Amino acid sequence: MADVELETRVVGGGDAGFVTTKFEALLAWARKYSLFQYPFATACCGMEFFAAASPRYDIARFGAEAPRFSPRQADVLWVVGTISQRQAPVLKRIYDQMTEPKWVIAFGTCASCGGFYDNYATVPGIDKILPVDVMIPGCPPRPEAVLDGLMLLQQKIGDGDRTTAVVKNTQLPDGAEEKLERLYNIRMRP
Amino acid sequence: MARIILDRLKERFGADVLETSSQHGDDVAVVTPARWREAAEFVRTDPRCACDYFVDLSAIDCCDNGDPEARFEVYVIAYSVARKHRVRLKVRLPEDNPEVDTLIPVWVGANWMERECFDMFGVRFKGHPDLRRILLYEEFKGHPLRKDYPAQQAQPLVAYREGTYDKLRPFLADEGMPLDRTFKAAQDPD
Amino acid sequence: MEPIDLEYDDAELELPSEPMSLNMGPSHPAMHGTIRMVLKLDGETVKSTDIQPGYLHRAFEKMAERGTWAQVFPYTDRLNYCSPLLNNVGYALAVEKLLGITVPRMGQLLRVVHGELSRMADHLTCNGAMAMELGAFTPFLWYLKAREWIWECHETQTGARMTHSYFRIGGTALPATDQFVARARKTVQRVLEVVAEGESLLLRNRIFLDRTQGIGVLSRETALAYGVSGPMLRGSGVDYDVRKDKPYLTYGEVDFDVPIGEDGDTFDRFMVRSEELRQSARIIEQTLDLMEKVDPRSPDAKVSVDDPRVMLPPKSEVYGTIEGTINHFKLIMEGVDVPAGEAYAYTEGGNGELGFFVVSRGGGTPWRVRVRSPCFYSLQSAKGLIEGGMLADIVPIFGSVNMIGGECDR
Repeated sequence: MADVELETRVVGGGDAGFVTTKFEALLAWARKYSLFQYPFATACCGMEFFAAASPRYDIARFGAEAPRFSPRQADVLWVVGTISQRQAPVLKRIYDQMTEPKWVIAFGTCASCGGFYDNYATVPGIDKILPVDVMIPGCPPRPEAVLDGLMLLQQKIGDGDRTTAVVKNTQLPDGAEEKLERLYNIRMRP
Repeated sequence: MARIILDRLKERFGADVLETSSQHGDDVAVVTPARWREAAEFVRTDPRCACDYFVDLSAIDCCDNGDPEARFEVYVIAYSVARKHRVRLKVRLPEDNPEVDTLIPVWVGANWMERECFDMFGVRFKGHPDLRRILLYEEFKGHPLRKDYPAQQAQPLVAYREGTYDKLRPFLADEGMPLDRTFKAAQDPD
Repeated sequence: MEPIDLEYDDAELELPSEPMSLNMGPSHPAMHGTIRMVLKLDGETVKSTDIQPGYLHRAFEKMAERGTWAQVFPYTDRLNYCSPLLNNVGYALAVEKLLGITVPRMGQLLRVVHGELSRMADHLTCNGAMAMELGAFTPFLWYLKAREWIWECHETQTGARMTHSYFRIGGTALPATDQFVARARKTVQRVLEVVAEGESLLLRNRIFLDRTQGIGVLSRETALAYGVSGPMLRGSGVDYDVRKDKPYLTYGEVDFDVPIGEDGDTFDRFMVRSEELRQSARIIEQTLDLMEKVDPRSPDAKVSVDDPRVMLPPKSEVYGTIEGTINHFKLIMEGVDVPAGEAYAYTEGGNGELGFFVVSRGGGTPWRVRVRSPCFYSLQSAKGLIEGGMLADIVPIFGSVNMIGGECDR
């Protein structure tokens, strides 16, 4: 319950204590840790999506393990890979079939902006056809970036924020850069 | 090497073999459009060629040669699994109304390649049972691999269409779902 | 009392069935890759089908005509994204055929090792995904685990997990790192263990066998006429492997077998891929031995041709000398000057004969790059496999065809 701490008050104490909170905060907390996902995997990024879902990176740790291949049962639409002009109406249709509340993650550069396929066949970013919550850049993004994107989405769900966000470079903890430089004899800092 | 095929072709077709070459070890024979299918049939059935394996069929847009009578070069590559040699047959087609016989009776695999060739270059194949776009969609205007089609010229997104119930006959490249709840076409008496 | 059923003939009990049309895809969980099939069903039997590819058409061939010859490499990575390095090799060989250059021995060996590692990753993905779609989830996870090890091996060498763009026209981007040989050896051994583990779960599994054996039989003649290649063709009993029939790079020096199926059914295709994993491991082992035998002081130890018209100069020269800067600038801005001509170079890709037909009109930009993508041909033949079968059999058949969207639709 640490995430809804601000609005939460513990009343009483010991075994009989109870907790009050705002209903919205509780709902958001519940939603963000049980995301049912619809992987709309079209292209290369699908391989990295597999990797992120497989045991090494284990997306299940974030409560987003259950893929639902029916859009009506899904909360998050992962658009994984290039969306072509021909595919776009299908994607839109699937998005329309999802029930509220629904979120969209654009996985990879192609889904976010079309990538280096700036040509007649490719939609330059799925935000042309549907609202996007989180964009994960990378061609394809590493599974770590995918997990970052998922955590960013969870944070946005908790905050009730529906603007588009982009996954930034992960900030290393203090002292980590020096340690990496020392260990691998490379220069990380500008 | 496979000079034998070129020799056999010249022997059989005489002046209808316009030119032959073996650049980089690839044996190429250019034949006239009138005897295109005959030449392919010969390459496949002649016991000394025996090219039973269909490798590839596509086209090249030679708009730079200044000859509108020979703008498109359609080529087919065939290989003989038993004799381990391959040959490339070519035919030159004019700019307006490029049309040539289909090769489906020779190699059934030519079906999709000819559709793709039609899709990308607008070359028509006489006698093809199902000549429609394969990689792009019906509404697409123009043929993108022609040199005069700009790579970035995107076309408007197509709307999502309701499918018709009897769309299997004739097979239309329809983006809709045939089992839509509305069943508009199914209610028709026909 | 007799059961009431006996009074009726079986035929009379048959309910008249309306033909039903069903749309499978383009976003179907069992269609890995995006493809749409319009099926006409009679009960559960597929009467006719129309396979519609093209949902991932990204205009590879058009994009290749826009940049320089070297700028095509990143696009080739994304053709068959299960085995990107095999595509890199195929394209590099095609351009080198036009240029008439041969890569030094070490570069060739590196290409073989990386290519075969890539092939292993490809077959692991395909077999794992096929098992998963039949309900066997564990082998899929295990195979993905093994694929991660292969990707790690690639990553230490190329810097990328998946889309490497590691090979160049005329060689490779970098020489092998010191640890590469040892790491590759270890990786291959570990992967083979996982493969055996996965097989132990599948090959005595009644469900898996019943659903693959005798399903989707592709005859030898049909396969040839359709231009099917790779594991699918070999599953149908045709002994055609580009690595054997026209050895390129150093495949002629290593000893390996080409597995051949007997029945041409889904199970044979699975087994051919499984066996090819072991054969790839053999090739890698022998090639690594060959790499160790190369004298580091001889010209064989170079990974790239020593030709400033083709290869970029080393970074120290680019930043340190005016000649190096100009050379770099010319190669990047204008591209490698490839003489006019056309060439078709073909290699054994993950799914079969991967051919690149390149046409040059001289200068730094390709006139036409045509990729002969093996999936497209295999997929075309799938129509015959699906029709007449059951609806549920589409899934294993489709898994064994291993259609990869990027390669199929280009």
